[in-house]
Amino acid sequence: MFTALLVALPLIIGQHWQVNLLVFTLMYAGLAAAWNLLGGYTGYPALGHGAFFGIGAYAMAIGTNHIGVGAGYRSFLLVLPIALATGVAVLPIARLLMRTRAATFALLSITVMFMVQTFAYNLRSLTHGSEGISVPLAPFPATTFERPFYYAMAALLALTLLVCWAVRTSKLGLSLNAVRDDEDRARGLGVQTELVKLVAFALSAGLTAGFGAVWAYYVTFVFPGFAIDPLLSLGVILMAFLGGRRTLWGPVVGAALIVPAQQYFAYRYGASHLYLVAYAALFLLVIYLLPDGIIPSIAARLTRLTRLTTRCAHTPRAHIADSIADKDSITDKGERV
Amino acid sequence: MHLLVQATIVGILIGGVYALLASGQTMIYGVTRTINFAQAIFAILSAYLTYTLFGALGLDPLLSVLVLVPAMFVVGAAMYMVLIRPLARSSGELALIVLYAIGIGIQGLLDLVYKTNTRLITPSYTDLSWTVAGFQIPAVRFFACLLAVAVLGVLHVIRLRTKLGRALRATAENPVAARLLGVDVERTSALGMGLGVATAGAAGAVFGMIFPFNGNTQYDLLSKLLSIGVLGGMASMPGTIVAAVVLGVIESVVAAEISPDWSAFSFLVVLFCVLSVRPQGLFGQRLRGAL
Repeated sequence: MFTALLVALPLIIGQHWQVNLLVFTLMYAGLAAAWNLLGGYTGYPALGHGAFFGIGAYAMAIGTNHIGVGAGYRSFLLVLPIALATGVAVLPIARLLMRTRAATFALLSITVMFMVQTFAYNLRSLTHGSEGISVPLAPFPATTFERPFYYAMAALLALTLLVCWAVRTSKLGLSLNAVRDDEDRARGLGVQTELVKLVAFALSAGLTAGFGAVWAYYVTFVFPGFAIDPLLSLGVILMAFLGGRRTLWGPVVGAALIVPAQQYFAYRYGASHLYLVAYAALFLLVIYLLPDGIIPSIAARLTRLTRLTTRCAHTPRAHIADSIADKDSITDKGERV
Repeated sequence: MHLLVQATIVGILIGGVYALLASGQTMIYGVTRTINFAQAIFAILSAYLTYTLFGALGLDPLLSVLVLVPAMFVVGAAMYMVLIRPLARSSGELALIVLYAIGIGIQGLLDLVYKTNTRLITPSYTDLSWTVAGFQIPAVRFFACLLAVAVLGVLHVIRLRTKLGRALRATAENPVAARLLGVDVERTSALGMGLGVATAGAAGAVFGMIFPFNGNTQYDLLSKLLSIGVLGGMASMPGTIVAAVVLGVIESVVAAEISPDWSAFSFLVVLFCVLSVRPQGLFGQRLRGAL
C-alpha cells in the first residue's frame, strides 16, 4: 500500500513546490533510515553522516562532468555504483572508527566529516574548492521536472527500507542488537562483532552516499559547505529520534513530519539563522517530551491499553504483577543510578 | 630552521589557549561522561561578548575575563541542572547529541544578533610584538597564553587542594562510590560543568583577539577540541594539556612550512595514526561496555 501511494503521489499533486517537498521528504526519510542502521540498531552514535552524503554528491558531480556520462536518465545509473563504491571505500576508515566506542566514536565520526570537508575545500583540481561544481542540468520537461528525481529517491528509499528490514529479520540484526546491548558479552558469546559492525557501517554509509548522488543531480550544484553539512547529520538524527530510533518506520514518520515543517519555516521566515534556532529547539522538545519517539510511544500506549483490559477481565495475580510493574516504573523515574 | 623554531613558539603559545578550552571539556567529561559538543560555541559566545564589552565599554579583553568566567560558570551549572541531569538515566550519547543541538541553536542566535561577518577584537596591543633572540613573540598570543596558564593553575589548585576538587575527582572516578561516601554527586556535577564552561569563557575572550571569528568558526574549533580529546584520552587532564600543545605546534608548523590550508588537516592525520595504534588515545584507558 505504501508503495502504491509512493508511485501515485506525484501524479495526484503536480505542483512544483509540492513535488519538490516530496523529493526532500523521501530523501531525508531514506537518510534517517540509513543512519538508523548504525545509530539505532547498532547503537553507535554516528554524527558525521554528512561526510558520506557529500562524498556521494561530489562523486555524482564529478562523474557527470569529467567522465562525461550522457545526461538525462542515464545519469541515474551512476547512483548505485557510487553507493557501492562508497560502502567499500569507507571500510578501512570504518575499521579504525569501530575500534572506539560511545563518545569517542561520536567524536571521530564528526572528525571524519571535517576531514572530508577539508578535502572538498582544498583538492581544487577535483572539487573546484569553495567555488563548487555545477552538475549539468537534467534535460527533463519543465512541467514534470521533479518527477524523475522523485522516483529515484523513492526507489532508493525503498531499497534502504528493504535493507533495514532484511537486517532486522536476519541474524545480522540480532548480532547488531547484541552489540548495542553489551558488546563485550556479545563477543564473548561468539558474535562476530567486528564483522557485523563493519557491515552495518558500510551499508549505512553507502546508502547515504546514494542519496547524496541523487541530490547533487537534482540541485545541480555542489559546494563544500552545502554538500557536507553538519546540520544534515543532526537533522537526520532528529528525524530518527522523533519517529522512533530502532524501529523500521520511525525514521520515515519522523521525516514526514519534520521536512514539511522545516521547508514551511524556511519559506515563511526565510532567515536561515532563525531556522537553526528553531531546529535546535524542536530537537530539545522531542528529546525531553518524546524520548522514545512516536512509534514506540504509541506502541507502549497500545500495550498499556491491552494490559488494562486484561486487568479488568480478571486474575488477581496479573493485577498484582501489573501494579508492581507500575511501581517499578515510578521508582525508575524518581531515581538516578 | 629559523622558521621552524618561530612556528613552534607561536604554536606553543596558541596551544596554551587550546589547553584551557580542552581542559574544560575534560572536566565536563569527567563528571557527566559526556563530551560537551557545545564547548566550542560557548567560546565563540564569549568571544562575541568580549567584542561587545570592548566596543561598547572599552573594557580590555583580558579584563573582561573577570566578567565572563562567572557568567559562563552560571550558564554551565544551569545547563547541567535543567538539560543534562534529566538525561542522566539514559545513555551518554543522548546528552551528547543534545549538547550538539544546543551548540547549533546558540550559533543561530549569534548569527541573528551579530550577523555572519567575521569579527576580530583589536585592543591597542594587537600588533605589538617583542623580539627575543631573533624570534618574534606576538604580544596578544603571549598574554593569551599567560592567561591560560594562570586559569589552568587555578583549576589545578581547585582540583587537588579543595573539597570541591576531591568531590569532582571522586565523581569522575566512580559516581556510585562517591555518592556512597557522602558526595553530593548532583551538585558536584553541576559545579563541574560550570567550571568546564567557565574555561570556555576565559578561552573565548582571548581567542577573539587571536583569530577572526563568526558563528561558523565553532566547527573549526570543535574539530580541534574533539581531536585533542581523543588524542589526550578524554578523561586525563595531563593528557589533554599535552595533546593541546602538540596540536598547536603541529598546526602552526604545517601552516608555516606547507600551507595554512592543510594545517587543521595535518592534526587529523596524526590523530588517525595514533588511533590506529592506540584506540584509547595517548593517555586514555580502555572503555568497557557499550556505553
